[in-house]
Amino acid sequence: MTTPSPLPTKTEDAPPLQPVRLPWRWLVGSVALLVAVVLVAMAVGPAGLSPSAIAIQLLNYLPGVHLDGGLNELESAVLWELRAPRVVLAMLVGAMLAVAGAGYQGVFRNPLADPYLLGVAAGAGLGATVAIVSGTDHHSLVPVAAFVGGVAGVAATYALGRGVGGRDTNTLILAGVAVAAFLTAVQTYVNQRNSDSLREVYGWILGRFLTAGWRDVVIVLPYIVVALAVILAHRRLLDVLSVGQYEAGSLGVPAARVRLVVVLAATLGTAAAVAVSGLIGFVGIVVPHIVRLLAGSSYRIVLPLSAILGAAFLVSADLVARTIVAPGELPVGVVTAFIGAPFFTLVLRTTRSR
Amino acid sequence: MSGLSIDRVGVSLLGHRVLDDVTLTIPGGHWLTVVGPNGAGKSTLLRAIAGVLAHDGRVELDGVRLGDLGSRQRARTVAVVPQEPARPEGMAVVDYVLLGRTPYVPYLGIESATDLAIVGDLLDTLELREMAERPVTSLSSGEFQRTVLARALAQEAPLLLLDEPTSSLDLGHAQQVLELVDQMRSQRGLTVISALHDLTTAGQFADSMVLLVAGAVVAEGSASEVLTEELIAAHYGARVRVIDDPGGGLVVIPLRGQVRQDTP
Repeated sequence: MTTPSPLPTKTEDAPPLQPVRLPWRWLVGSVALLVAVVLVAMAVGPAGLSPSAIAIQLLNYLPGVHLDGGLNELESAVLWELRAPRVVLAMLVGAMLAVAGAGYQGVFRNPLADPYLLGVAAGAGLGATVAIVSGTDHHSLVPVAAFVGGVAGVAATYALGRGVGGRDTNTLILAGVAVAAFLTAVQTYVNQRNSDSLREVYGWILGRFLTAGWRDVVIVLPYIVVALAVILAHRRLLDVLSVGQYEAGSLGVPAARVRLVVVLAATLGTAAAVAVSGLIGFVGIVVPHIVRLLAGSSYRIVLPLSAILGAAFLVSADLVARTIVAPGELPVGVVTAFIGAPFFTLVLRTTRSR
Repeated sequence: MSGLSIDRVGVSLLGHRVLDDVTLTIPGGHWLTVVGPNGAGKSTLLRAIAGVLAHDGRVELDGVRLGDLGSRQRARTVAVVPQEPARPEGMAVVDYVLLGRTPYVPYLGIESATDLAIVGDLLDTLELREMAERPVTSLSSGEFQRTVLARALAQEAPLLLLDEPTSSLDLGHAQQVLELVDQMRSQRGLTVISALHDLTTAGQFADSMVLLVAGAVVAEGSASEVLTEELIAAHYGARVRVIDDPGGGLVVIPLRGQVRQDTP
């Protein structure tokens, strides 16, 4: 073995191994799609702004760039005070819901898990309902109440799951079902006693970015950025969990701890997102599924692409919501469900026929 | 001492004692095979040794108590080929085998070039290089079993546990997998503990054997000491004839008809 051999060895002969990586073309393609969607969403509205003018305006913010053909002062105000915060908020919420959904699907090894699985939606719904019917200063109280309610809902689910002694994922999911049913029943009762505010409660539940301003963006930004970073950092561990908790354990990964960290991050991020946007459905299931079908099922692919495409999906849905019945608006949750429900059925059909 | 020492290991599940004070000693580099009827506690014993199941008693490898190790260090010490390994949807063979490098990859990090080189060598050794990019869901039972073995070997652990590694394989593939394990054992000095159903095969691939019944050891020693017609009749409720094969080893043949009470 010490004498050099003229023949190539087996390893030199073999093609190099290609472990799973995020494909560049998908990354570049989805970022390009997001940029395009954002430009269109900024341009379209009652006051028409041309995408090229917006692009020039954006480029002018770069140091050393001075181009003509930007926006006038009024157009600039429309862009920065009305449309930009709404688009940015839709991006953040869309990315968060899609990544939280993918994270839940990973830790529960269930492709049908969504970010609302453990009671964050039911808790936020009850919190927002109570805040709205209490009739005080809505705009500042509703997001806080929704956030607190969402976090409390998931905490109750964990407490109940531990309380009945189950450490497996099914016990936790069943506890989530029980908590959600209970909180929804309480919310329905509160609504029934206060039917005069029903319209407003439903407006919140169906999701909207109508009043979005920079203030909302600033409030949710830290939660969502941290939550996204934490879940994305677990992308390889979520792949390890795909062999189940016993096998993951024998590979040195404590499944329960990974699950707790991912659920905690997803809960804080999702609660912050629904606090400012209401209960927007289907993003958390639809977007990760599209990514799995098109680009691959490793979480190294699913998580980053879900973040980018989730943002693009919700910006587009919000664009449809505010233009299709202009000058009125559809709740954005209705638009996502309108696209999401048929797609969901399609996914079920293809996975069952496999 | 060098080797594995299992000292009064017991497991209780839902208030039921499924493994009771099992004490065994396996010299380093040896292959111990655990046999026993269904429900005897073979898998439970392996899971307890692997540390994925809460148990009492002590398991020590070369004087180090496995229960004192953190989960990553334990995964570098004990590798497991489970009885029914999950086949993750869409995962390629190379990525599946790379899972075995998990205890060496920083917690939130990514595999290094060294990890990839180790996996590449294993894929060559186990003749899996050709199918490195194929999803594990598309493999035959034999190919997948080799892939699972490669993942376990990638952990570079001195102790290898195999839980019914051949239960879904035909005779030829079963032999191939067990020969591979034996080859790895002698090359790398691994200590191997396996649970096996097939008694003839078990006898061929073991330095020593243990018969586990209802969670307790009822016989241990060489294959000829454990695989006797009396013990098998008493604990499996099976009528067999055990024949000394001139080529070495024992052959266990199931019989039909009346139980022979006069068997010597």
